[in-house]
Amino acid sequence: MASEHIVVNCTINDENTTFLANERDSLLEALRDRIGLTGAKEGCNNGNCGACCVNMDGRIVNSCLVMAAECEGSDIRTVEGLASGDQLSPLQNAFLEQAALQCGICTPGFLVAAEALLEQNPDPSEHEIRYWLAGNLCRCTGYDKIIKAVQQAAGQSVV
Amino acid sequence: MQAVKYARAESVEEAVSLLQDGGEGARPLAGGTDVIVQARERTRDIDLFVDIKHIPEVVSISHGGDGSLTIGAATPCYEIYGDDAIARNFPILVDSTSLIGGTAIQGRASLGGNLCNSSPAADGIPSLIVLEAQVEIAGPNGRRSVAVEDFCTAPGRNVLGDGEFVVKLHFPAPATGSGARFLRFIPRNEMDIAVTNAATQLRLDSDGTVNWARVAIGAVAPTPLLVADAAAAIVGQPLSEDTIAAAAAASSAAASPITDMRGSIRQRVHLAGVLTERTIRQAAERAA
Repeated sequence: MASEHIVVNCTINDENTTFLANERDSLLEALRDRIGLTGAKEGCNNGNCGACCVNMDGRIVNSCLVMAAECEGSDIRTVEGLASGDQLSPLQNAFLEQAALQCGICTPGFLVAAEALLEQNPDPSEHEIRYWLAGNLCRCTGYDKIIKAVQQAAGQSVV
Repeated sequence: MQAVKYARAESVEEAVSLLQDGGEGARPLAGGTDVIVQARERTRDIDLFVDIKHIPEVVSISHGGDGSLTIGAATPCYEIYGDDAIARNFPILVDSTSLIGGTAIQGRASLGGNLCNSSPAADGIPSLIVLEAQVEIAGPNGRRSVAVEDFCTAPGRNVLGDGEFVVKLHFPAPATGSGARFLRFIPRNEMDIAVTNAATQLRLDSDGTVNWARVAIGAVAPTPLLVADAAAAIVGQPLSEDTIAAAAAASSAAASPITDMRGSIRQRVHLAGVLTERTIRQAAERAA
């Protein structure tokens, strides 16, 4: 059975967006290959690594595990929506200042996930940060710098 | 990805009809955290996803006046562990739903999906078993109900027939003096598949006698297991080191695991006993 092209209407980073996708596309494929938003990365493509993490209707999801067709009417937020123009968000600045990235592949997923944490829990404990980000894998930093960056963005003193 | 099509069902009847017309290659789509991977990696032949998340009764939580609970099959984990009344009255469901995957998985994954994926290592199913959940199934011949311990039939297989899907899960009110606990063993802190898991619900009389219990274990057999002998070992007397040890031995005896990359037969048989012991003790703490 051949898949057909479908039209999807949704909001992406506060902009009403209509895009054409293959019916078999994941949201990740639609973002990267149809819409040109390449911030979300394909790591494992099976829900283990979190590199494709985006915010969908207020919850973080792995966009490799969402069908593009499911996004009709949804509110999607990606890493591209964090900065205002050239102005990085406090979380993004904290990642730079704490050197919370090396190769950078995992970073968009961490940023989207951590932003969602701080929205619902502005003063998280280290334990809460680590558990919230357990679905995001980083093979460079050893995580400590990422945790410190989130703590800094939360206004906590970072040792 | 296979050439999979997508259909959004607006009602239970429409979902049944789409699944029936779609035949063997049609699958309900709840959170998709298992089934989308299976379609992509071709471990299941799937050519149609029927999205059931736009049917209100499939994605809602309702508390009965008698303390009973109904959870729509596709209700995501975060809504379950974020529900205050569930946290208060059914904390074992928080145990399970808060350790299935990471945060992004919990934003989509559901107890109904966990059940229908029918993995022997499912972290939702032992809790459903000890809570005596009833599975409400819709299909071409209307609705039917199945006890959750009878739902899974083999790894990845269950009692669902053509055109059928799980609409919701019903939980009876826990009686006064009840406590329940789910635990999983994995070699790290989070984001892993159970080497072995276990759940216990028990009920204590005012004098401390265990007057009712259920014990279930997972990842030690082709399906999650209700272990009647483990419950029988603790019922009828107050908990003691002897009765708890007897229950643990009963779980180890009921386990018939395989050796794979996650654990050996010997380790899993041992863990079935250890986790049974710990869930009994911690369920009793919650009951007190």
